[in-house]
Amino acid sequence: MSSTTTVVPSAGPVAGSRSFLSRLREGDEIARLITFLFAASVVLITVLLVYELWVSSVLPRHKFGLAFFVTRVWDPVFDNFGALPFIYGTVVTSAVALFIAVPLGIGASIFLAELAPARVSDTLEFFIDLLAAVPSVIYGVLGIFIVVPLMRQFIQPALKNTLGFLPLFKGPAYGIGFLTAGVVLAIMVVPYIISVSREVLLSVPREQREAALALGSTRWESTWKVVVPFARSGILGSIFLALARALGETMAVSMVIGNAPTISASLLSPGDSIASVIANQFTEATGDLYTQSLIELGLVLFLLTFILNGLARILIVTTSQRGSGLGNA
Amino acid sequence: MNPRLRWRKFVSNFMLTMTGCCALIAVSVLFFILGNLVYRGGTSINWNFFTKLPVPVGETGGGMANAIVGSGKLLLLATLFGVPIGFLGAVYLAEFSGNKVAFVVRYAADLLNGAPSIVIGIFAFTLVVHPFKHFSTLAGGVALGIMMIPITLRSTEGFLLGVPRNLREGAMALGASKWKTIVTVIVPAAYRGILTAILLAFARVAGETAPLIFTALGNSYWSHGWNEPTASLPVVIWNYALSAYDDWHRQAWAAGLVLLALILVINILARAILSRGMSVPRA
Amino acid sequence: MKRIAGILLAVFCFAGIVWADSSLSLTGAGATFPYPMYSKWFSEYHKKDPKIEINYQSIGSGGGIRQVTEGTVDFGASDGPMTDEQLKAYQDKHGFPVLHFPTVLGGVVPTYNIPGVTAELKFTPEALAGIYLGKITKWNDPAITGPNSGVSLPGNEIVVIHRSDGSGTSYIWTDYLSKVSSEWKDKVGKSTSVNWPVGLGGKGNEGVSGLVKQTPNAVGYVELIYAIQNSMPYGSVKNSSGVFIKADLASVTAAAAGAAKNMPADFRVSITDAPGKTAYPISSFTWLLIPSKFPDASKRDAVKGFVKWMLADGQNYTEALSYAKLPKEVVAKELKALNEVR
Repeated sequence: MSSTTTVVPSAGPVAGSRSFLSRLREGDEIARLITFLFAASVVLITVLLVYELWVSSVLPRHKFGLAFFVTRVWDPVFDNFGALPFIYGTVVTSAVALFIAVPLGIGASIFLAELAPARVSDTLEFFIDLLAAVPSVIYGVLGIFIVVPLMRQFIQPALKNTLGFLPLFKGPAYGIGFLTAGVVLAIMVVPYIISVSREVLLSVPREQREAALALGSTRWESTWKVVVPFARSGILGSIFLALARALGETMAVSMVIGNAPTISASLLSPGDSIASVIANQFTEATGDLYTQSLIELGLVLFLLTFILNGLARILIVTTSQRGSGLGNA
Repeated sequence: MNPRLRWRKFVSNFMLTMTGCCALIAVSVLFFILGNLVYRGGTSINWNFFTKLPVPVGETGGGMANAIVGSGKLLLLATLFGVPIGFLGAVYLAEFSGNKVAFVVRYAADLLNGAPSIVIGIFAFTLVVHPFKHFSTLAGGVALGIMMIPITLRSTEGFLLGVPRNLREGAMALGASKWKTIVTVIVPAAYRGILTAILLAFARVAGETAPLIFTALGNSYWSHGWNEPTASLPVVIWNYALSAYDDWHRQAWAAGLVLLALILVINILARAILSRGMSVPRA
Repeated sequence: MKRIAGILLAVFCFAGIVWADSSLSLTGAGATFPYPMYSKWFSEYHKKDPKIEINYQSIGSGGGIRQVTEGTVDFGASDGPMTDEQLKAYQDKHGFPVLHFPTVLGGVVPTYNIPGVTAELKFTPEALAGIYLGKITKWNDPAITGPNSGVSLPGNEIVVIHRSDGSGTSYIWTDYLSKVSSEWKDKVGKSTSVNWPVGLGGKGNEGVSGLVKQTPNAVGYVELIYAIQNSMPYGSVKNSSGVFIKADLASVTAAAAGAAKNMPADFRVSITDAPGKTAYPISSFTWLLIPSKFPDASKRDAVKGFVKWMLADGQNYTEALSYAKLPKEVVAKELKALNEVR
């Protein structure tokens, strides 16, 4: 999309008319080569990682094959392992997290970029960045001590009273479970959305806003209908960052999700997620099939990320607008 | 003023107030967390905390000096390893590459980003610990560095591509070669965003525990050089917070507070140092 | 730009300075349960002999076994004994066996939160197994009310809490349940992590106790140390001699003493449901995993010296941290076994 509009023919000033050596001397070719090596190393690291996981999960792959994806049992004693409840838990908690974090994050970033005076915006930005630095174990402990009682005593009963007819909110309110894990995750991923979206919104050229206002739009209309779409790809990029973080979060989720490998439509039910079960059980796992099954779960998470990313990209391409000038999602 | 306009104005004010609320919620969560850390751990912060080695439970006068220094060393290594790869890779994607290569690299970065930190730790273990038969600060730095790459890469690329065309074309019109344009015009124009991305990645890995457990392990004493296991704040917090002893709980909170303060300071310093001579007015 | 590079380089060099020091460094890793005790011991030993730095990190028993087999640490530690396959794997890799040395004892206690009940409950093995199997679902079930005749228990549903993370505590708990309930043994088995028939998982002792405290009608299990240090209410359990024992340091040590007579030479024994009138039934050793051969003589001497000290003076530090000390019989056996470390 935009890369072709901003990059001048990338093969050198006039392709073919100058020798390789003279291009080399000018430095462009070297720069291209060096940066290519670094970009390639990213792919190399990822491929190596997937390869390592593949090789280290050979036992369960041979023993369970594709049944691993649909088995609901996780039994380290009788060596029967299946990933389905964890896949479900990962998807549900990430969905809840994004459902909460995306509107919150975009809203906050709009405020910081458009409305807040520069000083206030910068100061608040420092602090919001700090949210990304809080160790997940602290999120977990605060989750247990503060979020869980809040959920159990106030929020979950309120949800049951008002929306209890939905299958989403059935079952006893323990306080822990998918919803709580999703809420804690939302807090953890919101700084990524705010931070990056704010920067992207700030770099939208002033002319865009002024043009909209000159045409008589209200402040909100110019923001929502002109500035935000202009910054769309950057904002989507930040949501990708947030999704990735939510999928891979281990400690905090493992402390509030309830750790019962159940599949339930209710958000109030306890469950488990892939990253959480790996973090919980890997250090104590003994026995090759057990450890390798945990590693295979890691591989499954990769696959999940792959698929979710692909779906999201398809979504973007099919709803893509012209005129979005910033970056590539 | 016709009714339609009144409605639009109302919507405008309402939505903008809502965004204010969103920002308020985000910031209050942070202050709530900070407040909790101060309340629960504030009493444990004293001079000893910063200068002494940890002591077993029940004894007083211990500190986390080795964990603070250890975290510093690990983060330094992580930055030196992860940022150049992410940054230069992003330069390639934004300036030199074709669409196909860019797609593959971006996808790979997104995959890497979604890997649970414990998996990265296991990976770094097989890469750096297993061959050398001992845990080391180097291994921990590599693990954290790998985690910094995707965030740095994706965000930097986004901001580089966001630099307006007229700036690029102006430089080229003046005869600058491609890489000179990048170094002198494009990167400075996008530097704010790039710095944000790097600091975000830095903040993220600063609080990570799982990758360090299998790489840097931990150390009750000082760690010398880069080849020994080292203590680090997140691992110490994890050990202490999940223990049975109240004193250790307080120290864990205090350590969390110190970690956040450290990140804040580095944030401020980085922006201050790098903004000299690079300020481009906001759009 | 140059300025930044300069600063970074300076910091890098400063941080990377390797200064020569004459101290001997050993690294050990493994079980989390004894971590507070070991850190105290290694610190005291360092005071006794400042040239020896023993760095112990708690990465989990499984991690300890794995790392000592890999050779990335000098010794390991585990809350559960190594299996025959793991021992064989070690032997195959190194050519000599790894030895187990019990260090301290711990116990696991049942804790609960029943609205309106402040009395200490008595639990029979059948009750505990039934609750955790999901067959006993209400607090006023006869299996629970039987031994607690003075207490009025409500008819509420029991909320079962277990550990979500793999842990030695779960190993001890499931090991006990496997011994007292054949149904548990066949259906669930014993391990650091099992397929729990019912219940919610909390992470760490902290997680379990937090959940139990907050959830009405909950029952869970935590380490004795944790219960003592946090003044949690816990029940007593009926031992194999029919006596209801409330766990404390003495009753845990008594369990080991009861088992000492029939202890195998390699100390790999489970002491849950041990014989003895005063024995607490849900107790266990925790072990150091020490290679029987050290290529480095100074490291070997340091380790042997530490173990000797640990078995003598070291045992005096246990009570302050709520760990139960080893009985004399076991100490004597261990000193003999130490000679096999060459």
